[in-house]
Amino acid sequence: MPAFLARLNDATKSRVLTIQEYFVLAGKSLRFIFARPFYGQDVVQQMDEIGVKSLGIVMLTGLFTGMVLALQSSVQLKTFGATMYIGNLVSASMIRELGPVLAGLMVAGRVGSGIAAQLGSMRVTEQIDALNTLGTDPIKKLVTPRVLAALIMVPVLTVINDFIGIIGGNIIGSLVIGVPSAQYWRTVWDQIANDGFALRYIPNDFIQGLSKPFVFGGIIAITACYFGLGTTGGTEGVGQSTTRTVVTSSILILIVDYFITQVLLSVLSYG
Amino acid sequence: MDDRRQPAGGDRRAESAGESVEAGEERKTASVRQAIRSELAGDVTDAADSASQQQAQQAQQAQQAQQAQQPAKSQRRDPTLPVVELDHVSLAFDSPIIEDISLSVCPGETVVIVGESGTGKSTILKLILRLLVPDRGQVMVDGEDITNLSFEEALMVRQKMGMVFQGAALFDSMSVFENVAYPVREHTQLSDEEIDKRVREKLQFVDLEPDRVMGQFPSELSGGMRKRVGIARGLANNPEIMLYDEPTSGLDPLTTGTITRLIMKLERELGVTSIVVSHDIRSSFRMASKVALLNNHRIVFFGTPEDMTASDDKYIQDFLGGL
Repeated sequence: MPAFLARLNDATKSRVLTIQEYFVLAGKSLRFIFARPFYGQDVVQQMDEIGVKSLGIVMLTGLFTGMVLALQSSVQLKTFGATMYIGNLVSASMIRELGPVLAGLMVAGRVGSGIAAQLGSMRVTEQIDALNTLGTDPIKKLVTPRVLAALIMVPVLTVINDFIGIIGGNIIGSLVIGVPSAQYWRTVWDQIANDGFALRYIPNDFIQGLSKPFVFGGIIAITACYFGLGTTGGTEGVGQSTTRTVVTSSILILIVDYFITQVLLSVLSYG
Repeated sequence: MDDRRQPAGGDRRAESAGESVEAGEERKTASVRQAIRSELAGDVTDAADSASQQQAQQAQQAQQAQQAQQPAKSQRRDPTLPVVELDHVSLAFDSPIIEDISLSVCPGETVVIVGESGTGKSTILKLILRLLVPDRGQVMVDGEDITNLSFEEALMVRQKMGMVFQGAALFDSMSVFENVAYPVREHTQLSDEEIDKRVREKLQFVDLEPDRVMGQFPSELSGGMRKRVGIARGLANNPEIMLYDEPTSGLDPLTTGTITRLIMKLERELGVTSIVVSHDIRSSFRMASKVALLNNHRIVFFGTPEDMTASDDKYIQDFLGGL
C-alpha cells in the first residue's frame, strides 16, 4: 500500500475510533444514571456548578440579546408600520433559536471548559487512576453526575435566558420604540399561541425551546468529559483539552441545532 | 535509622548506570558494594537499637495498630503460595514495554522493582492492578487470573489492593478526611462514626495527627505528608496487597526514611504484601525481601538484596555502581 494511502487509512481509523469512543462514553454515562451506586451529592454539586453559577452570565446574555433583537427588528418593522409586533419577533427568536443556542454556547464556554480542565488535571495528576485503583468507575463517579446535571440545568438556564431576553425586548420596546408593555406581552403570547400546540396543551415553541437545550446539555457535558478524561501531556495537554472542548461543543451545538430544527419543523404542525 | 548518615562516597552514587566504565571501575564498584553491605548491616543494627530504645512506645503503638486493623488476610495464608504472580507477561504498544516478565510475590513479602527509567517498572504495577492488559502471559492475583476479567470484575479485584502513587494522587477537591474515608464509604456500609474512627486509626498508623490534618486539603500538605495520607488512603480498607509507585521520589532524605520505615512497619505489624517500584536503591535495600532488576524491558535479576550485591553480573555491578 502506498505511504499516503496508509496514512489516510490510519487517519480514518483514528477518526472512527474517536467517534466510537465518544458514543461509548455517552452510552455508559447515560446508562449509569439508572445504576447503583447513585452519587446524588455529586449531582447536586454539579447542578450548582453548571446551573446556579452560570446564572449571571446567561441572564446577561439573554438581557442584551433581547434588547438588541428589539432594536434591530424595530428598524425593519418601522418600514411597514408594524412596530407593535415586536413582541412576536423577539419571543419567537428567543424561545425557538437564540435562547437555546446562546445559553448552550455560554455554558459550553464557561462550564465545558471547566469540566475539561478539572478532569484533565485529575488525569495528569493520576487522580483518575487513583479512582480506578480504589475500585470506582470514573465514568460513574465523574461523568454521569456532570451529564445528568447538565441535562437538567441547561434547559432551566435556557428558560431563564428566554424570559430575561423577552424582558429585555420589553424594556427597549417601551422605553425606545414606544410599544406599551401590555401590547408587547399580548403579542408575545399571541406568537406562542399562533405557533400551535402539541398534545393540545404544550406550545410548539416550548417543545423546540426545551428539546434543544436538553440535547445541548448532553453534548457539552459529554464532550468536556471526553476530552478531559483523554488528556495527555501534562498542563499543556489540559489547555489543549479545554480548547478542544469549547470549539467542538460549540460547533456541535450549531450543527445539531440545525438538524433538530429541521426534524421538529417537519414533525410539529405550526399555525 | 538516621537517614542523615550516608556512607562514604555517597556523591559518586549519583552517577548513572549507563555511564562509561573507566579504569579503576572495578575497585570503585567493590567499595560501593561494601558500602551497601555496611548499609544493610547498619539497618539491622539500627533496627535493634531502635527497638531497644523505643520498645515500650512501639509496643503501645503496635497494640493500638493491631486493634485498629483487622489482621491482614495474608497473615493467615500459606506463605509458599504467591499472592501475586506474573507468568511470562509481555506488553507492547508501538515498541515493547515489558517482555517475558515472570515474577512471584509471596504473602508478607516486600518486593522492590528497580531499574533504569523507561524499562517498564510502573507498567508492572498497572498490569497487577489490571489497568493494563498484557499481550501475552498471565497475571494472577490471589490465585485468580485477572487477565480476562471484565471492567466491573477488575474493580472488585482492585479492592484487594491499595495503591500509593508517585505524586500521592490525592483528590484535591476533598479534605484529608474525605480522601481517606473515600474507599471506606465506597465499599463498606459503616456508619459515619465508624468511618471517622477508621480514618483516625489509619492516619495515626502513618504517624499523622488526625485532629491536625483531617480538615486540611492536599494543597496544604507537604510532599511527605501527602505520601503518608496516600498510604493511609491505600490502607483504608485493609488491603492484602500494597503497591507503591516511586514512594520516595522527590522527598528529602529524612522524609524518605520515614516513608521507608512506614512500608517496613506495614510488613512487620500487619503482614501486608508490598510491591514497590523505586529508583532509590538505598531505601529499596532497606525494605526489600526481594529485589527485581529490570533492564531492556526484562527482569535480569530477582532475588534478595544480599544476593544482588554479591552478584558478579556486569550490569548489576554497573547498576549498583551508579548509586
